[in-house]
Amino acid sequence: MTTDASAAIARPRRFPQPDRIKEISLLGMIAFSMIVFSFFIDEYPGARFFDRLTTSVVIVAILAVGQSIVIITRNVDLSVGSIVGFTAYLTGDFLATFGSAGPIAAIGIAIVAGAVLGSINGALVAFGGVPAIIATLGTLAVFRTAMGLYAGGIDITVDRLPDWVLEFNQRSVLTIGGFDLTLIFVITIAVVAFFQWFLARVRGGRRLYAIGSNPDAASQAGLPAARLIFLAFLTSGALAGLAGFMYLTRVGTISAAAGAGLELRSVAAAVVGGVSILGGSGTVLGAFLGALLLDELRLSLIRLPAISEFWIEAALGALILVAVVLDATLRKRLNSRWAAEVRRSIGEPAPVTQGIPEGGSADA
Amino acid sequence: MREWARNHRWEVLLVGLLIATTAINIAITPVYLGVGNFINLFGLSVEKIIVAVVMAFVIINGEIDLSVASVMGFSAAVMAALYVGGDVPFVVCVAIAIAAGATAGLLQGLVVIRFGLPSLVVTLAGLIGFRGAARVLLEDTAVGDFPEWFDRLGQQPLLGPLPLAMVIFIVELTIAWIILERGSFGRKVYAIGNSAEVARFAGIGVTGVKLKIFVTSGLVAGLAGVLFAARVGSVRGDLAQFFELDIITIVLLGGVSIFGGSGSMLGVALAIFTVLNIRNGMGLTNVDGLIQTGVIGLLLIGSVLIPNLVQKARQRRSTPAIAHAPP
Repeated sequence: MTTDASAAIARPRRFPQPDRIKEISLLGMIAFSMIVFSFFIDEYPGARFFDRLTTSVVIVAILAVGQSIVIITRNVDLSVGSIVGFTAYLTGDFLATFGSAGPIAAIGIAIVAGAVLGSINGALVAFGGVPAIIATLGTLAVFRTAMGLYAGGIDITVDRLPDWVLEFNQRSVLTIGGFDLTLIFVITIAVVAFFQWFLARVRGGRRLYAIGSNPDAASQAGLPAARLIFLAFLTSGALAGLAGFMYLTRVGTISAAAGAGLELRSVAAAVVGGVSILGGSGTVLGAFLGALLLDELRLSLIRLPAISEFWIEAALGALILVAVVLDATLRKRLNSRWAAEVRRSIGEPAPVTQGIPEGGSADA
Repeated sequence: MREWARNHRWEVLLVGLLIATTAINIAITPVYLGVGNFINLFGLSVEKIIVAVVMAFVIINGEIDLSVASVMGFSAAVMAALYVGGDVPFVVCVAIAIAAGATAGLLQGLVVIRFGLPSLVVTLAGLIGFRGAARVLLEDTAVGDFPEWFDRLGQQPLLGPLPLAMVIFIVELTIAWIILERGSFGRKVYAIGNSAEVARFAGIGVTGVKLKIFVTSGLVAGLAGVLFAARVGSVRGDLAQFFELDIITIVLLGGVSIFGGSGSMLGVALAIFTVLNIRNGMGLTNVDGLIQTGVIGLLLIGSVLIPNLVQKARQRRSTPAIAHAPP
C-alpha cells in the first residue's frame, strides 16, 4: 500500500493546478488590457509607464502579501492602513531626529514597529478569541489615535528628512534603455517570492491553509492554530511596517491621515488575485498580480484621454466585481476538475454527490 | 426579571455603561442636561445611527454591507446632479436619489445571491464603485443652494425640538424593533443568520429575505445621504466617506454577533446611546475627536475581549474540579 501512498503525492500531469491557472489568467488579463490600452494611448506601454507602475504598486503589493497570509487563515486585517501611517510617522520622526541613520536602520525600525502592532492584533484574535473583523476594526481606530497622540498635530515634512529618503524611492538596481528596475520593486519581488515559497513549500505555510480551510479539523489534528494565527497577524503587521517605510520615501509628508483606506485596497488586491475571503485558498503571487492588475488599470485609465479621472474609481469597483464573479464561477469548475484528476491518479472512485442546495457551499 | 437579565447579560452591561457615562457627563459639565445639548448629541450623527439600525438586520442575517457610506454619497450625488441639471422638480430629485440607493442595494444583493459570493467582497467592490460613481456625477464640485424648504427640513425642528431626521430615526427604531423581535420576518432573519442551510431546509425563502434586507440597506443609506445633504446644506463627492466603520462599530458594540444569528434591537439602541453619550461628553469637555475615535475602538475590542477572558478564567477554575471527579 505504500506505493499507492507515494502515488498520491505525485501530481497529476494532465491538468494544471487551479492556482496556477488563476495566476496565468491574471498575467493574461494584465497583458490583454495593456494591449487594448496601447491602441488609445500614445507611447504606451513604454519605459515611463513601466517605471511609474513598478514604483507605485509596491505599497499595496506588500500589504496584499500580508493581507493574503491573514485571509488564508480565515481572518482579515483591517488595521494595516493605520499601521502604515503609524510606522511611516515613527520612521520619519526617527530619521528627522537622527539624520545620520541609514536606510537599513530605518527599515528595521519600521518593520519592528509594524510587527509589534501586528502582534497586538494577533494576540487579540488568537488568544483573546476576538473575531478578526472586530479586533482589527478596533485597532484601526486605536492605532490611528495612538499615532495622532504621538504626532501631536505636527506633520513630518520633507525638509526635516535626510536627503536620501526621497531618492531611495528612485534608487535603481539595473537600467536597461529607459527601464529602471528600482530597489523598492526588487524588495517587493523578494518579499513576494519568499512568501510564495514559504506558503507553498514549508510546513508552517501549509498549515496556514489547513487552518483556514477547516479550523476545527486543523485543531483536532493537533495543529497549533492559535500560535500560527498570531504569527500570521504579526507578519501582516511587519509587512505593513515595511510598506510604511516605503510610504514615507514615496510621499515624504506624513500627516495624521496617512495611509487611511489602504486596508480596503489591500483586501481588494488579494481578492482580485484569487485569495478566497473564506480562507484556505489562494496564493501570495496571485495577490501580488491582483495588486499589479488594479494599479496597471488605474494608471492606464488616468492616461486615457477619452475618460475623465473621475471615472477611475467607478471603473475599478466594477472591475473588482467582475473579477470576483468570474473567479467564483470558473474556480468552482476548475476545482472539481482538479479533484477528479487527483482522484483518478490515486485510483479512488468519485464520491457520490448528493443534491446540495444552491449556494450551500459558497467556496469560491 | 432575573431570567430576562440572565438572557440579556449584554444589554444589562450596556445599561450600566450608559448610566455610568451619563453620571460622569452630568458631573463634568452642567451643559449636558440641557435640551439643546440632547438635540446636539443626536444631531451630529443622526444619519449614521439611521443606517446602523438597518446594518443590525444585515449582520444578524449573516451578511455585511461595507458599501453604506458610499451609497449615502452616491444618492446625495444623484440628487445634487439632477438638481444642477435643472429640469426636474426638486421633490422628484429626492425621490430618484432614494430610489438610486435602493437600486444599489438591489444590485449588490442580486450578485451575492446569484453567485454565492461573500457579501464582504461584493460590498467592498460596492464601496469603491459607488464612491466612484458619486465622483463621476459631481467631479470636484460642491453643490449647494438647495430649495429653502429642503434646508429647513434638515436644520430646523419639526416636531417639538426634534428635526426631521430624528423623527425618522425614532420611527425607524420602533418599526425595526417590531419587525425583528415581534414578527415572523425577524425570526427568519435570525434563523438564516444561524445557518442559511438549515433555514433553507426548514422551508424559509432565504434568498428573498436576504434580497429584501440588502434593498432596505441601500434604501435607508440613500435616505440617510439625502438627510445628510439637507443638514449640511451642500453635497460633495466625498460625502459620508469612511462612515461605514463607525456604523459597523455601533452595531457590534450593541452585542450583535459578527457571525450572524444573534443580537437585539435593544442592544443596538443602547449602543447608539452609549457611543453618542461618550462622544458628547468628551466633546463637551473638549477632548479631541481623534481620542474619541480611539476610545470607541478600545470599547469595541473590550466589549468582546473582556467577556471572553472572564469566561476563560471561569473555565480554568472549574476544570480541576472535573479532573478530580470520580470516574
